[in-house]
Amino acid sequence: MALLDTIKHHNKAKQHRPWPRAIANDDGWQQAIDHLSAGRCTLLGLWGDAPLVHMALMAEDFGDIAVLSYVCKDHKYPSVAVRHPPAIRLERAIYDLFGLEAVKSPDNRSWLDLGFWNIRHPLGKRSPARKVKAYEFLPAEGEGLHQIAVGPVHAGIIEPGHFHFTANGEHVVRLEQRLGFVHKGIESLITGATLKDAAKLAARTSGDSTVAYAFAFAQAAEAALQVKVPARAVYLRALMAEIERLANHFGDIGAICNDASFALMHAQTGILRERTLRAAEACFGHRLMMDVIVPGGVVRDMTPDGAAHVQTLLTEIRRVFPRLVNLYDNTASLQDRTVTTGIVRPDYARQFGAGGYVGRASGRAFDARRSPGYAPYGDLTFEVPVLDAGDVNARVWIRIREVEQSLALIDQILSRLPDGKFRVVTEAKRKPCEGLGLTEAFRGDVLVWLRLDEGGRIERCHLRDASWFQWPLLETAVENNIVADFPLCNKSFNCSYSGHDL
Amino acid sequence: MRDTLFEGFTHGPLTELPPAPDEAGLAELARSVNRAARARLGRSLSIRHVDAGSCNGCELELHALSNAFYDLERFGLRFVASPRHADVLTVSGPVTKNMRVALLRTYSAMPDPKWVVAIGTCAADGGLFAGSYAVEGGVKDVLPVDLHIQGCPPSPTAILKGLIALLEHVT
Repeated sequence: MALLDTIKHHNKAKQHRPWPRAIANDDGWQQAIDHLSAGRCTLLGLWGDAPLVHMALMAEDFGDIAVLSYVCKDHKYPSVAVRHPPAIRLERAIYDLFGLEAVKSPDNRSWLDLGFWNIRHPLGKRSPARKVKAYEFLPAEGEGLHQIAVGPVHAGIIEPGHFHFTANGEHVVRLEQRLGFVHKGIESLITGATLKDAAKLAARTSGDSTVAYAFAFAQAAEAALQVKVPARAVYLRALMAEIERLANHFGDIGAICNDASFALMHAQTGILRERTLRAAEACFGHRLMMDVIVPGGVVRDMTPDGAAHVQTLLTEIRRVFPRLVNLYDNTASLQDRTVTTGIVRPDYARQFGAGGYVGRASGRAFDARRSPGYAPYGDLTFEVPVLDAGDVNARVWIRIREVEQSLALIDQILSRLPDGKFRVVTEAKRKPCEGLGLTEAFRGDVLVWLRLDEGGRIERCHLRDASWFQWPLLETAVENNIVADFPLCNKSFNCSYSGHDL
Repeated sequence: MRDTLFEGFTHGPLTELPPAPDEAGLAELARSVNRAARARLGRSLSIRHVDAGSCNGCELELHALSNAFYDLERFGLRFVASPRHADVLTVSGPVTKNMRVALLRTYSAMPDPKWVVAIGTCAADGGLFAGSYAVEGGVKDVLPVDLHIQGCPPSPTAILKGLIALLEHVT
């Protein structure tokens, strides 16, 4: 049975693809929240589109997706978070951006609006800014507790965000995150943009996942416009996505070990990462492969000697990487830091719908490439590694196994790469249309939802990073660990700030 | 571990020859650097980086500067954790309104003499994010900038060229 059939709805949107969207009244909305709180489906996203609020749901077996829309009355909608906590930050963001209020929300503090903008609710009522109250962190009570405030500017070359620790000696009692510092207003800038300009903005949502974002954006636009992409473009997109995954996993594996003061691994994986980026530049003319994927295909073909560059890269990785895996596995002082550190409980991973290695290291076997799945992965053979331990070590091993899977995928892509066109023209449909795209970035699923107007411009576009559902789990994973292990836990998540703050 | 270390000894270094300093950067710097500072610093600069709203692309390439191919530290350039230890502030991203205060505080925590390098197209003028309600603009709209390094993101070589130009002028 389709997911939407289990929820009371009316007015199915005719131009929403590839999955359905329908309007729900109060009963249907509550039914969906019943499903969420009972674990019968996963929350994929919750976003504003005044006067509507949309909720994307995914079935338990990851096979089906549906979008449910609620028409706000007097700028209010029934809170999802009151019965399903993963929605808390999403509702706070909706209020900051649109001024739409979740009735009975368990947390009505601001989230993205830190009080520095000149306007309130920039995507909604656009009222003048008012003086904001000091942010109230959640309390932690007990004898001998002290607080440690870190950020937004951190010690390393990383993105900005604030971490508020309450600790007892060395042990973290509570971590509370305060994000939003790199909020750039992407969803405001993208409104009214042409497809071409919008694709560039989408590709800069999170620079480390630029391919995955451009891919998801293109999927959404192509679904809306009913464009069939040439087979060669489909395979080139997957090639870029796997190269991006390799580069990021190399960087992460090294950086996690570096945070346990094991610099040798960092140096070695740094070499592999650099070689991967150089191969990407040799193939597609840009080290991070930015702006290569566009709606309709890819802007340029792989260079004639590109395949040879990738082959050389694969050979080098296969020569060096197994030795590094042994190095990780056989260094007891390193394992001492990563094993049993920063455990994410499997029930939390399931409840929050945590994607990527965070979910898969805690027993959640979700990978958007497999299910719901998208081209060309249905034609390719690969495994989705899953572990149950949920600690830093498990998240390292998931990455290691995924590197191996990506190498096998690239082999298959190169051997089957079809000839022919790599781009088609996308034309406006002369009536509004909507599309949803879901791709698997290295850190988890990226969701892009958009509505195009008659002229093919963006009327509303929402980009949802996997980090939205991973950041809260980091708070739980750090509890009862020592302060000195926080960098290790944090790096093993490697959540995006920019992708979250938008 | 023995094999990995041993291979490091037997293979030649991966580190590449330094690129020439960036010409445009040299011209921009000629206007801003004074002689007294040159004498004081020797051939070494400490860099503090602040992401003031970037997509993280520039940070990835700044990280790459420390890998075996570019080996930033051979030039006497190194990234430091505290602004108190820094001579140079590199800034990436359009400066978001939410990061403006943190950026100003980092800058004011640095001792004089100090230089500001704007990394990437967004840091130059806000890039694609210019005009947003949440964005101040380029770094120059918030701090005095001595050098701009363009690119989206600038490659490690481009960043290195700019930093070498700065080093040539400062020391």
